[in-house]
Amino acid sequence: MQLAQNPRAEERNFYLLAVLGGLVTVIGLAAALYMEHAGHVVTGMNNQVVWGMPHVFAIFLIVAASGVLNVASIGSVFGKVVYKSRAPLSGLLALAMLAAGLAIIMLDLGRADRLIVAMTHFNPTSMFGWNVILYPGFFAIVGIYLWTLMDRKMNPYYKPAGLAAFIWRLLLTTGTGSIFGFLVARQAYQSAVIAPMFIIMSFAWGLAVFMIVQKAMYAWNDMTLHPQIRSRMKNLLGTFVAAVFYFVMVYHLTNLYFAKQTAFEQFILLSGGIFPLLFWGGYVVLGTLVPLLLIYVPNLASLRGSVFFAAALVILGAFCLLFVFIIGGQVFPLEIFPGMEVSSSFFDGKIDSYAPTLPEILLGLGGIGIAFTATAVGVRVLKFLPQDDIAKLESAGHMLD
Amino acid sequence: MNEPQDKVQDSGRRGFIGAAAAAGAGLGVAALAPGLHLIEVAGATSATARAAGEPAPSTVRWGMLIDTAKCASGCDACVQACNTENGIVETVKDARQGSQWIRKIDLKDPKNGRTHSLPMMCQHCENPPCVDVCPTGASMKRADGIVLVDRHICIGCRYCMMACPYKARSFVHQPLDTQNPEVPRGIGCVESCTFCVQRVDKGMQPACVEACPEGAMLFGDLNDPNSGIAQRIAREATTQVRADLKLNVGVRYQGI
Amino acid sequence: MKLLRISVAALFAALLAVPALAGAPKPVIKIESPGQCIAPAEEMRRNHMEMLKHQRDRTMRHGIRGEKASLNECINCHASKATGSVLGKDGFCQECHSYAAVKLDCWDCHQPKAGFKATGAKP
Repeated sequence: MQLAQNPRAEERNFYLLAVLGGLVTVIGLAAALYMEHAGHVVTGMNNQVVWGMPHVFAIFLIVAASGVLNVASIGSVFGKVVYKSRAPLSGLLALAMLAAGLAIIMLDLGRADRLIVAMTHFNPTSMFGWNVILYPGFFAIVGIYLWTLMDRKMNPYYKPAGLAAFIWRLLLTTGTGSIFGFLVARQAYQSAVIAPMFIIMSFAWGLAVFMIVQKAMYAWNDMTLHPQIRSRMKNLLGTFVAAVFYFVMVYHLTNLYFAKQTAFEQFILLSGGIFPLLFWGGYVVLGTLVPLLLIYVPNLASLRGSVFFAAALVILGAFCLLFVFIIGGQVFPLEIFPGMEVSSSFFDGKIDSYAPTLPEILLGLGGIGIAFTATAVGVRVLKFLPQDDIAKLESAGHMLD
Repeated sequence: MNEPQDKVQDSGRRGFIGAAAAAGAGLGVAALAPGLHLIEVAGATSATARAAGEPAPSTVRWGMLIDTAKCASGCDACVQACNTENGIVETVKDARQGSQWIRKIDLKDPKNGRTHSLPMMCQHCENPPCVDVCPTGASMKRADGIVLVDRHICIGCRYCMMACPYKARSFVHQPLDTQNPEVPRGIGCVESCTFCVQRVDKGMQPACVEACPEGAMLFGDLNDPNSGIAQRIAREATTQVRADLKLNVGVRYQGI
Repeated sequence: MKLLRISVAALFAALLAVPALAGAPKPVIKIESPGQCIAPAEEMRRNHMEMLKHQRDRTMRHGIRGEKASLNECINCHASKATGSVLGKDGFCQECHSYAAVKLDCWDCHQPKAGFKATGAKP
């Protein structure tokens, strides 16, 4: 392994980063404590928009967590050798991000002190309840998978472990998507396309996160990614980003076709102020079109940092899309009396507004802090850096398989 | 436009329907007690306190029938009664974060301008989406059909609020100290109309039903063919809100 | 289950014992209303939480009323004559729970004052 030029400076930088990540985490925890103590009255959430900014962060982390594991699956399950050396980092990121996402969800609960109740009471008809089983299962299976990858004695079992992890992660993302897909009451949700849409989103977002972390680690170690491998990964990202766009289009087009949904689509895509802006400007242009251009237009793709920039934009687009999906879906009023004009003291029939407050945002950022710190420490103490034996890969013809 | 005229017509119609309904109900139990008011008829079939130690019976299904023709826009006697009974005090600045177990909704049909006013609350579904989605089983349906939140195991995830088609649930956004001793409510938990379960168990009517000056709300056992509510539902046209969802709600409306 | 209960009891005993050893003042338990509790004091001290938990599920989930154990009856007898509450300094519940460092989870939702009348009006 090519070590950094100055081990002492490198060590100092590591501790600096770890302290920074820890600080963000602690601030997030303090914000959660404040919300817990004062009640959700200090957030922008209300009886109409019941899930807010913490959930945007948490769902991004959970979806991307299962997606980042895909890098490992491409190696172990689909036999692409280039991806095999990336499997350990992929597993670590998956665990760190899932832990972070769950921490946000748990800390945002009205009664976060009742975590033990959530673990010991199970309602089999609840999609949330199933997720409570799917998450620890993911930790266990990915943990075992990492063990088979990193311990030579366990190495013969990496294929079945990788397959199990791949299947489990598909279940997990289906579960996450179905939290929304099974909601009959709100117009934005209740669609079977949401679960597969979440799976394909996880492919794109997870890969984007992986490429950014990989880039940072390589820069840290004064290494460069082989252009051919870089090119393969960027093309894969492009495919996933395009696929997400396809699913988002199908979701909105089916809605547009149903007369009862047109008012909602009109709101989300045209008249809803911040939501159309985030959808078209944030998700479609910045999060989809620009990355696709950066990836597929040869002149742009050859620019320095274009892949990193594309991946970062994909993540930005993901946050925009989730904000539109989660918040926009809730501010639109429930149709209790279809076809009627309604008014009440409880704001029936009114489009709600939602402005996240500082504690909510800090809690969300605290989750990112958890994922960052866990990854930084993991990478430091164990061997997670993806290293390619280019000569060997080339002679065996694996660079292009 | 010509509002005064509308009002006169409206109250005239309302009065007529009310009288007709009362007469109809009177006929249904004529042999027992001719001339009784609706509310007393309902009381006669439901008002027995359950003996100590006995669970809520699964033979009963509590329900409510609301005659919107009698419900006046601007009247919120039911809401006030609910707040008093259940200790609901508005203390948050942003009303969107406050609890409303029952609210008055004004409806207008844009096609013909026809208006209605009605109280909306937990519809006590037979197949409640809130109970389906609750991860811990805190959202529950009692044997007698009353949908409740068990605050002892509610973790405050608000998934039930996402699932409810009636916006019937509120989340307690702040610490409370004005609870009725018989109606616990608290920070971080979700809550909704309980049909005044503490009163029903004593053989009384829900507070809103008792308070309605027009007698527009009728409470009783949907499963008992002799109850006032079951007889009226058997005889007259009633509506379930969002009937397309097939939740088989316990609260029925007339006149919408 | 039994093992769990024993270990919880042991933990509770240990919690009681630690401040006692450290010389923390014992809680002053004031019984202001004369008469008999639903069970001997010794049993109440040891098992009141079990009784209440059992009763809460029976009443809340099954609608069984008029149970022997009742939180409201606890308050009616044990609320301080001065403050009307089981909480606060010298409050019947809080005094002992502070001493034992056991979190009181009842009063976030239940009314701790005896005879409190909800009005629905702004305080």
